Amino acid sequence: MSEEQTLAVEVSAVEQITPLIKHFTLSPVGGGNLPAFSGGSHIVVVMRGDARDGEARRGDGRRGSTRVHRNPYSLLSSPHRLDAYEIGVRRMEESRGGSHFMHDQVEVGTRLEIAHPVNLFALDKIARKHVLIAGGIGITPFLAQLEDLHPGRVPYELHYTVRSPEHAAFLPRLREREGERVRMYYDSEGHAIDYDGLLSNQPLGTHVYVCGPAGLITHVAEKARRWGWPDSHVHWEQFSAPPVGDPFDVFLARSNLHVHVPPDQSLMESIEAAGVEVPYLCRGGVCGFCQTQVLAVEGEIVHNDHFLSDSERAKYIMPCVSRARCKSLVLDL
Amino acid sequence: MSVVFKPHETFRDDFTYRNSPEAIRRFPLPFPEDDYMYSVNIEPHTRGAPGSVVEFAFDVDEHYVAECRERALVLEAEPLRYQALPHMMSAQWDCLELIMESLARDYPQHFSLERQGNRWRWVNEPLALDQAFIFGDPGSLPREPLDFITRQAQGDFVVMDQREGDLWTEAGMVTTPADWSLDFDIGMTFKEWHGPVPLAHELGVFDRALKYLLNLRLGQPVRRLNWTMTIHPRLDTAPEKYPMWGPDRTKVNLQNAGDLVHLRVELQGLWRLPRSNAVLFGIRCYLISLRELATIPKWARRVHRALKGLHPALVDYKGLSRYRDTVVAWLAPFDDGAPTTPGPGPD
Repeated sequence: MSEEQTLAVEVSAVEQITPLIKHFTLSPVGGGNLPAFSGGSHIVVVMRGDARDGEARRGDGRRGSTRVHRNPYSLLSSPHRLDAYEIGVRRMEESRGGSHFMHDQVEVGTRLEIAHPVNLFALDKIARKHVLIAGGIGITPFLAQLEDLHPGRVPYELHYTVRSPEHAAFLPRLREREGERVRMYYDSEGHAIDYDGLLSNQPLGTHVYVCGPAGLITHVAEKARRWGWPDSHVHWEQFSAPPVGDPFDVFLARSNLHVHVPPDQSLMESIEAAGVEVPYLCRGGVCGFCQTQVLAVEGEIVHNDHFLSDSERAKYIMPCVSRARCKSLVLDL
Repeated sequence: MSVVFKPHETFRDDFTYRNSPEAIRRFPLPFPEDDYMYSVNIEPHTRGAPGSVVEFAFDVDEHYVAECRERALVLEAEPLRYQALPHMMSAQWDCLELIMESLARDYPQHFSLERQGNRWRWVNEPLALDQAFIFGDPGSLPREPLDFITRQAQGDFVVMDQREGDLWTEAGMVTTPADWSLDFDIGMTFKEWHGPVPLAHELGVFDRALKYLLNLRLGQPVRRLNWTMTIHPRLDTAPEKYPMWGPDRTKVNLQNAGDLVHLRVELQGLWRLPRSNAVLFGIRCYLISLRELATIPKWARRVHRALKGLHPALVDYKGLSRYRDTVVAWLAPFDDGAPTTPGPGPD
């Protein structure tokens, strides 16, 4: 993605809806409509500004002193309403800045750039039934998808698990639309989803969708496999935030450029700050768009993506989320 | 600028289709150099030079009215040239919106679209149509949305649903095919659909193309050119009608090749559709006779060389085996051996 392809939006509403989650409404600058999208889509929000002391990182970039964050967030607003997009942002404990920026510096009137919506988590159009499982902030893509579901046509169930009632984001909105169809599970009250019961007793042609913490996704995927679900009927989405790690240096062979990657900046962000564009869609280790060939590495690559197979990991890296613990790394960029 | 239409030309029987000198100069030659081989020659479908076939998203040229009439004739005889599976309805509306918005924006002298919420009014001056309808309500249109709008556009259209990491051919309007059948291919995956193409599978072309298209982005359409040859300016070379056009290939000789043999170029565009997350594949067909082609000296040299060196498997796949040598011989006098300038455009 290059910068001119972003859309300019202005924050028209901000609401703290749980202790950790803020709800943002983004309206197009100058009015009108934003592009239509399908439920399950995400946008990448580009945040420019000194989230913390950008000056300290100036040595890495030609783009000025301010650090740029680009984080993916699922659209939760109705695909039938295009005068604004809505997103929910959870404050991450180990944030490198993106979620803190959204929570601490973005207010009504703040202007942001966003990329066109991309859908990596679409409902299957020929499914006979949908089973939706959300954990915490993972409810967001389902809020948009529910707008395209009608109980009379294709049956569906929604299972929503959260720590405690105060963390149940968007529950009033869900109750209003879905009533008791929403099945709530509160950790604090000892409720847990009966995954075996849920996955062992579905009609053929059912698709299951999971969005939430890594543990939830892994658990559902394993249970589904054990109960004989075909992989094509099990869908999940989890955007990894690029984890922090040891600093390292990388040489970009085609650009003939040395780049330093500091502990709290991702490999992709560091490469971008050096003025080299890396193609991407999700920036969360899911889509595979930024797959980059590793030409040489002295040390080990720390793969954090959900895309590369074990055999591919010997030759490739996803710079959006992955790092290295190495003396040297040479990439085909 | 208004397009001046030639409403009475035909693509069958007496074949009165001809290109004006302006249409010849804007013809999309698919040979950027003297040698030709397959590639995933995909580029962004961004606005091209004024007057070129890629100036706008959907090109409307002097053949528009005649092509729409030809489409109606094909559909009258063979209604299954248009098909859409039931789960493709949201993609149908996406296509209708994309084509109507593009035509109204790019050719305001010929088309207009008024939108008041879901109440839309579409006016197509060249075809004398004025249709009010409710966006999203199939009952408010005389035909299904994709059928309705693609009867008013040049070129074939296929809509692919995206699921299970693949693209499925599940709706389309195909009346100008180069020997392939929507009725046969509907429901196929991307690689099944392209099964008959030689060499490309082994080269990994379809692996790369599929991976690329699965990540096709909203608002960033792409395009490529493909080509073959056709005897007579016949748009409808469907396999169902092979007895009508197949034998024409035996009629080519050195005397008639210039008028009988046409280079057939497909401008293929691919769009991500917003509400359905499906992909629209447009296949816009351009036809030019060898005689028209040879009015551009660079093109006569270029096409002569590209055909002469064409890989035997491609000669066979493109159905040129019977007359390729005759075409090369017809073009030979136009090729003095002089170097050609880079790129496909006329000098």
